Amino acid sequence: MAEEAAEQFDAIIVGAGMAGLAAAYTLAGAGLEVLVLERGDYPGAKNVTGGRIYVNPIREMFPDLWKKAPLERYIAHEEVCLMDRERSVTVRYDGLELNAEPYQSYSILRGKFDKWLAKQAERKGAMLVNKSRVDDLIIDNGKVKGVMAGGEELRANVVIACDGVLSFVAQKAGLRKPALSKNFAVGFKEIIELDRGILEDRFNLEGSEGAARLFMGDVTAGKFGGGFIYTNQDSLSLGIVVGIDALTEESPAIKAPELLDKFKQRPEIARLIKDGTTVEYSAHVIPEGGLKAMGKLYGDGILAAGDAAGLSMNIGVTVRGMEYAMASGYYAAKTVIQAKEKNDYSAAALSAYETLLNHSFVLTDFKNFQESLETLEYPPLFKHYPELIANIMKDLYAVPAGPKARLFPTIKKYMTISEIWSMVQVGRRMMKI
Amino acid sequence: MSEVMNLRAKLGLDVFKEDKQFHIKIKAGKETDTRLKKAILVCPAGLYSVNENGEVVISEDGCLECGTCLLACGDELLEWHYPSGGTGVQFRFG
Repeated sequence: MAEEAAEQFDAIIVGAGMAGLAAAYTLAGAGLEVLVLERGDYPGAKNVTGGRIYVNPIREMFPDLWKKAPLERYIAHEEVCLMDRERSVTVRYDGLELNAEPYQSYSILRGKFDKWLAKQAERKGAMLVNKSRVDDLIIDNGKVKGVMAGGEELRANVVIACDGVLSFVAQKAGLRKPALSKNFAVGFKEIIELDRGILEDRFNLEGSEGAARLFMGDVTAGKFGGGFIYTNQDSLSLGIVVGIDALTEESPAIKAPELLDKFKQRPEIARLIKDGTTVEYSAHVIPEGGLKAMGKLYGDGILAAGDAAGLSMNIGVTVRGMEYAMASGYYAAKTVIQAKEKNDYSAAALSAYETLLNHSFVLTDFKNFQESLETLEYPPLFKHYPELIANIMKDLYAVPAGPKARLFPTIKKYMTISEIWSMVQVGRRMMKI
Repeated sequence: MSEVMNLRAKLGLDVFKEDKQFHIKIKAGKETDTRLKKAILVCPAGLYSVNENGEVVISEDGCLECGTCLLACGDELLEWHYPSGGTGVQFRFG
């Protein structure tokens, strides 16, 4: 009896990021006792995003959140830019649908958003402790019973590992597969402040419109990855994501920070950031291995959500993680609420979590896109094709001093049989995603 | 803006709070392991370098806690923990 009198939370959540805070908000909303442990000075202090969140898949899970959420700009203009060394070709997509409410995606800064989301969870009754690193799990007979943090023993019916991509908590619980570098990318970015009016002029934005620009090719020196710019209210998130294995390749051997410097010096980019002030430099690892790299999602007394569970995905045109994090946090909370009703926190009871994820967009997406990493990790996509397309454009647009070549032969010059054959192969590859 | 900002200066923009002990260690005897050289290329903060003895060394200032070096080199070469609660980098924008 005395032991039961000791403080026992319904759930301890490790990490106040998207997954942890979504779980805390949902659990506390249902009246459960929740403790969130965050190692940073405040929620968001350790968290980094490239820059955008897609709201549609998670809108209904948190119906009261979106109206007041501190998001930056809704994305009304999408661009993909293929970069050769000295030229680039850009495809821009605008559409009434991107300008119609409810908007599908927003640029976002985690320092602002996570702090706010934590406040919403606290308002529901969740307890948040900052500056608290979880050092170990309390495991009795193979069952997770709580955590050790700062020498203190904290007990709960369930621990939810939301401690991010490196998740030492999920690792200690034996949920994780050995981390292979090929399944991870690193993103590094700058926040560049710009006068609001100048920013809106340069990116052709009206009101709260925002732009998302992705860059492929020379931006990563032909390595697997890409560059990005997202417009925030009065700043830009500008950065690069590149596969860790690709970065360790010796040809060309180029250090991560140098890639970013070169990107910023490109004439296409330099004019966009001119007179801007860099105010922060950040970096974060992204799990890109998808379903194949995913470990177990639950065990006795433990669940994993968000990046800690490997729930992030790169399918080229979109790189997504935050919706999966919030949704998995939500479903983890729903599972714990059910488990409490039955007072059963065994792995068998918590397996309901995987069932919920399977029936949702989360694991459906991961199944549908399980081949995407291997499909996209194809060197010609990041070197040969951006160069080829840029060169064709150069010749199509060129007007020499003498007569101009006919258009068809201009293109045909590049379309050798082996080139066409390799394009067919690329097409076949792409059918997998 | 178009001239390159020095990496140290860029890291100087971030808020760092010092821990009692730095949270990454190159494991003893592994300093000259060629696989450690990967860390020099991948570290976004440029913390890894080779010293005059041909050993890979890590600078203790400016770690962004991304974990890229751990994934590139593995825990056979690196001892890697998060810094204590309330220390290390504190992103304001993220």
